[in-house]
Amino acid sequence: MIKNAKELTTLRDHARQSMEIRLDRLVDPSPEKHKIDILVCGVAGCASSGSLKVADAIEEQIKANGLGEEVKVIKTGCFGLCAEGPIMMVCPEHVMYTKVTPEDVAEIFEEHIKGGNVVKRLLAGENEYEEIKDRLPQIPFFSMQKRIALNNCGIIDPENIDEYIALDGYQALAKVLNEYEPDDVIDEIKKSGLRGRGGGGFPTGRKWESSAVVQDHEKYVICNADEGDPGAFMDRSILEGDPHSVIEAMIINGYAVGSHQGYIYVRAEYPVAVQRLNVAIKQAKEYGFLGKNILGKGFDFDLEVRLGAGAFVCGEGSALMTSIEGKRGEPRPKPPRSAEKGLWKKPTVLNNVETYANIPQIIRNGADWFKGIGTEGSKGTKVFALGGKINNIGLVVVPMGTTLREIIYDIGGGIPGGKAFKAAQTGGPSGGCLPADCLDTPIDYDSLTKLGSMMGSGGLIVMDEDTCMVDLARFFLDFTVDESCGKCPPCRIGTKRMHEILVRITEGKGEPEDLDKLEVLAKNIKASALCGLGQSAPNPVLSTMKYFRDEYMAHVVDKKCPAGVCKSMVKFIIDTDVCRNCGICKKNCPTGAISGDKNTPFVIDQDKCVKCGVCMEKCPFKSIYKNA
Amino acid sequence: MSNTCANCADAQVKAQKLDEIVAKYKDTRGALIPVLHEAQEVYGYLPLEVQRVIAEKLNIPLAEVYGVVSFYTQFSIYPKGQYQINVCMGTACYVKGANEVLDKFRTRLSIDVGECTEDGKFSLEACRCIGACGLAPVVTINDEVYGKLTADDVDGILDDYEAR
Repeated sequence: MIKNAKELTTLRDHARQSMEIRLDRLVDPSPEKHKIDILVCGVAGCASSGSLKVADAIEEQIKANGLGEEVKVIKTGCFGLCAEGPIMMVCPEHVMYTKVTPEDVAEIFEEHIKGGNVVKRLLAGENEYEEIKDRLPQIPFFSMQKRIALNNCGIIDPENIDEYIALDGYQALAKVLNEYEPDDVIDEIKKSGLRGRGGGGFPTGRKWESSAVVQDHEKYVICNADEGDPGAFMDRSILEGDPHSVIEAMIINGYAVGSHQGYIYVRAEYPVAVQRLNVAIKQAKEYGFLGKNILGKGFDFDLEVRLGAGAFVCGEGSALMTSIEGKRGEPRPKPPRSAEKGLWKKPTVLNNVETYANIPQIIRNGADWFKGIGTEGSKGTKVFALGGKINNIGLVVVPMGTTLREIIYDIGGGIPGGKAFKAAQTGGPSGGCLPADCLDTPIDYDSLTKLGSMMGSGGLIVMDEDTCMVDLARFFLDFTVDESCGKCPPCRIGTKRMHEILVRITEGKGEPEDLDKLEVLAKNIKASALCGLGQSAPNPVLSTMKYFRDEYMAHVVDKKCPAGVCKSMVKFIIDTDVCRNCGICKKNCPTGAISGDKNTPFVIDQDKCVKCGVCMEKCPFKSIYKNA
Repeated sequence: MSNTCANCADAQVKAQKLDEIVAKYKDTRGALIPVLHEAQEVYGYLPLEVQRVIAEKLNIPLAEVYGVVSFYTQFSIYPKGQYQINVCMGTACYVKGANEVLDKFRTRLSIDVGECTEDGKFSLEACRCIGACGLAPVVTINDEVYGKLTADDVDGILDDYEAR
C-alpha cells in the first residue's frame, strides 16, 4: 500500500534501477557485469504467431546456460510491427529480431548473448546496420513515429505495476491529487486541445466539464474499450501492453468530475485484454491507487470491468451504457446528453481507451507540451492501425497532420508486389475511402471529414488495384445491415435497401438509376438515423461513389468489374495462341465447362462456368486469363 | 447416488454452477450479461431452460432475457461444435482474401455459417475483427489462432483436427 506521493517517488526510483538497461540505449555493457534484458512481445499479433513459445524457449536457454543471474526475459506489450512477429529485443543494445521461432533461440544465445555478435538474418529490415548501438531509430518504421499513447508498450511488463511506476506511472495521479483542484484538471485538459480518439473527435476537456457542472453525488466514468471498427486494434494493444495508463487516467477523470465509480467496457473478443486489465486493477487496488483515500488525499474511486457480447452498436455511447445496465444495447435519442443522464440515468463521462492513454502524459508534461504537437485543430498524436495491402502491417503513432503518403510509403513501406495504390479506407464502417489524389493531405479530424471520410478510431486499410470499390462498399453495408440494432427505421430498413441495390450492382444486374437511388437513400439515412452508427453507415458508399464513380459506371453500364472481383461479371478466357492443347484445364474444371481436344481448340462455356478460377491456376502455360 | 445416470449427474453439477454464478452477481447492478457469459461457459450455449432459470433467479421477465440473448452475437441458443471455427471478416482480412478462406471451409465441411457439422465436431462462424490484423487473413479454432492463410491451407488444418 502506497500512502502518499513521497512513497510513490521512492518506489519509482527504486524500480527504475532494475530497468536502466532497457531505457538507456547507450549504456555500455561492461563485460564483467553483463546484464541483459530480453524483451518479447507477448500480446496481440505476436502472441497469435507464437511469441509465448519463443519466451519459453528463452527461459530454457537461460537455465541451460546457467544465466539466471545475468539474463532476464520480459513479456512486453506491442512494438507495433505486428506482421513481422514474433518480435524480440535484446537490451541494452536494443537489437530487434523479427519472425523469431523457438528454434532460432539457441542460435541467438550462442551468437549474441554469449558471443556478442548480432544474428544478422533475424534483424528487422534487411541487414541495414553494422553497428550494434542505437539501431532502433534508424529503421524508418520507428524513426518517423512519435509515441505518446503506446509509449510504454514494448518496454514494460504490463503485468508488473512496478515497471509502470518506474516510468513515472501514477505520478500524474499524485500530481493531480496534491496540486490540482478538480477544475484545474479540466482546465489543463481543455488547454491541451485533446479530442476524443474513438471517432467523432469531441474535445475531451469540454466533455469532462459538462459532466462536472452537473450536481449529483452519483456519477460515472466509463472507458469505451468496445473497439468494433474492423481493422483497428490500437485499443487492444494499449489494454494489453499498458493497462495502467488507462486506469490512472480514469482515476484522474473521476477526481475531475466528482465520480467514485468507473467501468471499463471491453469487447468479449479480446480475452487477453480482459485478463490483463483484471490483473492491473487488482494490483492498483493492492497499491492503494483504487479504493478509499487514494494516496492519503481523501479521494475514493473504484473500477470494474464489464464485457461486451458482440454488438458493434455498443461502441456508441448511449448503447454502451444500456448494455452495462444489462439490456439490449440500443442507443437512445439525445437530449438528454449522457453528461446529464447517462448510465443509470446519472451524469456519465465516456472516453475511448486511446484518449485516456494520453491523459497521464498531458498532466505530467503539461498542456503546452501536448499542444505543441499536431495541427491547428487536432493536437497531439494519433495511433493508426495499418492493415490490408501494405508491407509493414502494424500500429504506428504519428503527429496529427502527417500525410497519408508518409504513413503508407515511408512508415508502412509501401504496397507489396509492386502494385499500385488504389485507396485507403479510414474510419471503419463509418468512414470512407480516399483515392490517390488525397495521399498528400495532412490528416487530422477536420481534413478527413472534409474529404468525406472520418478519423474513426484510426483503422487504416490500404487497398491496391485488386480491390473492387463497389464490392468493398457492399462489404461494409453487409456489416452495417448485420449490426444495425433495429431500433430506428432509417438504419434498419434504409441500409437494407442500399445493400440490396449494391448486391444487384455487383451481380451485374444494376442500372444507372440505381446510383441515384443509392444517393437519395444515403442522404436520407444520414439525416434521420437515431445514432452515429446509422448516420455514418452510408459513408463508405458515398465516398466510393464520389471518388470511384467510373468503377460504378463500369458495373452498371458495361456490366464489367474492372478489378475482376465481382464474380458474375468476370469471364475466364483461353488464349488460343498460347494454349498448347494439354487438356489440364479440362480435367480440373469442376463443372465440365471446358471443351476441346488435341485437334479442336479449347474453349470455356461461359454458361456452365462458375468462375472458380481453377483452370487459370492449373494452366502450366498461363494461357487462361480473367477478362474483367 | 449409485442409480443416478452420468447425464443427470452432469446436469446437476451444471445446475449447481449456475446457482453459484447467479449468487455471485446477486448484488451487481446490470448482472444479466455477466451471468449469461458465465452460464454459456458452463453449458456451451444458452438453451431456453437455462434462460428460464436465470430469468427466475434474477427476477427479470424471460422475454427480456431472451431479448438480450438474441441481440448479442456472442450468445448462442444452439450448441456449438467441439471445434469452433471463426473466420475473421474484418476489413483487413476481407481485403486479403478471407472470403475465399471462408468459402473453402463451407465447401469442405458442407455447412454454412452459423451451422454445426452432423457429428458435432465443427461449427463455422464468420466473426468480427479480432484485432490480429497483422496476420490477416485470420481464423481461430477454439483458442488456436491461424494467420496469413490461403484457401489452400484449409484442408491441412481440418485434416489435423479430424485426426484428433
